[in-house]
Amino acid sequence: MTWKNILTVYLKELRDSLRDRRTLISVIVIPTFVMPAMFFGVFKIGSQIVSKAKEEIPSVMILGGEDSPALVAELKASKKIKVVAAAADWKQQISDKKVRAAVQLPAGFEAGLKVGAADPVIIYNYEGELKSTFAVTELERFFRDLRERTVTARLTERALPATLVKPFDFRRENVAPPEKVGGNLFGGIVPYMIIILCFTGAMYPAMDLTAGEKERGTMETLLCSPVPRVDLVLGKFLMVLTGSLSAMLLSLTSMGISAMIGGALLSGGGGGGAKLAAAADQAKAAGSVMPMIDPLGIFGVIAMVLPVAVLFSAVIFTVALFAKSYKEAQSYVGPMVILVIMPAVVGMLPGIELNAKLALVPIFNLSLVCKEMLSGVWHWNYIALIFGSSCVYAGLALALAVRMFNREDVMFRV
Amino acid sequence: MIEAHHLTKTFKDKKRGIITAVDNVSFTCRPGQIYGLLGANGAGKTTTLRLLATLLQPTSGTATLAGHDAATAGVQVRANVGFLAASTALYGRLTAREMITYFGELNGLTEDAIQARIKQLADELDMHEFLDRRCDKFSTGMKQKTSIARTLIHDPAVMIFDEPTLGLDVMTARAIVKFVRDCRDRGKTVIYSTHIMSEVEKLCDRVGIIHGGKLVAEGTVAELRTRYGEQDLEEVFVKAVGGEAALTAALKN
Repeated sequence: MTWKNILTVYLKELRDSLRDRRTLISVIVIPTFVMPAMFFGVFKIGSQIVSKAKEEIPSVMILGGEDSPALVAELKASKKIKVVAAAADWKQQISDKKVRAAVQLPAGFEAGLKVGAADPVIIYNYEGELKSTFAVTELERFFRDLRERTVTARLTERALPATLVKPFDFRRENVAPPEKVGGNLFGGIVPYMIIILCFTGAMYPAMDLTAGEKERGTMETLLCSPVPRVDLVLGKFLMVLTGSLSAMLLSLTSMGISAMIGGALLSGGGGGGAKLAAAADQAKAAGSVMPMIDPLGIFGVIAMVLPVAVLFSAVIFTVALFAKSYKEAQSYVGPMVILVIMPAVVGMLPGIELNAKLALVPIFNLSLVCKEMLSGVWHWNYIALIFGSSCVYAGLALALAVRMFNREDVMFRV
Repeated sequence: MIEAHHLTKTFKDKKRGIITAVDNVSFTCRPGQIYGLLGANGAGKTTTLRLLATLLQPTSGTATLAGHDAATAGVQVRANVGFLAASTALYGRLTAREMITYFGELNGLTEDAIQARIKQLADELDMHEFLDRRCDKFSTGMKQKTSIARTLIHDPAVMIFDEPTLGLDVMTARAIVKFVRDCRDRGKTVIYSTHIMSEVEKLCDRVGIIHGGKLVAEGTVAELRTRYGEQDLEEVFVKAVGGEAALTAALKN
């Protein structure tokens, strides 16, 4: 093995790949432009949908309540809900999303309330539907308020203090450092994206440098050269790894820059007007989350991703090497994306904590440890275990790639 | 010098079991000589040449090229061999100059030596016009010239040609034949596989007829004509492989 040979092969592959449109798209264009655009696009659309849903005054139907005119009037006077005329097909109307919720006032509710024997109020909603949930929240707030007012009135009647039913108060205060909050919010999605990008970044160079070369007939030309095959593998492999890491680093950089520019544009645009002020507030809120990812965590993540990128590159290289054509390689490598996504998605779920056994599961362990590191939590024993095990897996995969490259039935498969 | 001793290569096939692609093949090719390997499709020509170029390892037997053993000194063998086949293509996204330079570097030549050699080869092969254009835009003739320059960049002592005129137009094929002859005239050891009789007659000093992986006849073209009592080389070939029936059966397999 000589580094000069490896470097010669690597530099040639780098030059060749930079002239390949497919590789350029998968390694540079998609990670730099498409992924951040998609990420922020989905985030923006999602937040717009939610704020629009919040702005809409939900239509609510009152069922019954003929003998509770004051309550009905109060409900109708509420600015947070819009009371529509009751109809027999109210259930259907809720299902059809024409009405967001319905409230069933029991017979003699007002009278019952006065004597302290009111039947329960029932709120009908469409579970899981965002706007229906907002309507229910408003109705619950209304009736909770009514209940509290009733209690206060009864206590006053009996000359009893309010503390009788509310002896103490409690409130919630966050002790998690801001980066922990940011880490929890983004800690799941960032490793997930990194894992996917590392994989897709390696995919096209790996297929092009193996099956693609076989198909085009250049592999045999290369094998005629007096360079040991291990040097050829390592040179090619380094190019695949470059693709994998470039996709990941370009995407991270692009997203970081987009977030900073986006934040700066919004916060710097406060020149008056309610809309601009609101935009600035939004930016401030977003800004308070985005930079709160532990910056050291980002470097930690990149360091932890390295052996996994080696693992991905070597595995895809080996699998693609087995194929006779680019198309065949695509049919082998394509489904592998699912194998990578699944552990990354599971690792993203909240509540799953890192332990010694999980630290040995490839990809999944990376997802979990990255989540922790971005939150500013450093379990050094697990980090060492994960890094070590990932290096072992990567080494084995690379050894397998070299072995496959030396096999005649793989290189000259007919 | 190429010396093949009892070269045998078998492959495992799931459906057909063990296949003997090259069966106990022995021959010698000396410097300044063109050895023609004549055989039908699937006769074992390409496998034999791949064994010589160390792309494949023999199941048994040995081969020595330019004094190096193919089984134990593959790197040295390849450093002394130029291998040109229909299946050895060019990198389409590289220019001819980049392609030749790359193989010069892989052969351990210095930058100056590579540039000097490229100039010399471009002069000889009339390549200056397209030297800095990408190979994927080349005509077949340009591609062949670039491939030839690629095989010659390290000035190897042994040249292996595997059906180099396959699918080429007449003019390009003629240029290749001329080039092969030039290689012989420069004292190189040349082995040339083909199934085109006229090329054998024009080029080869010695001919080995290969059939079913076996070397069934060997000698100069004149010797083979005398041995089989035929003037037409095609008839000689058919007789050497055991008649038309044997040839048809082999082609079916």
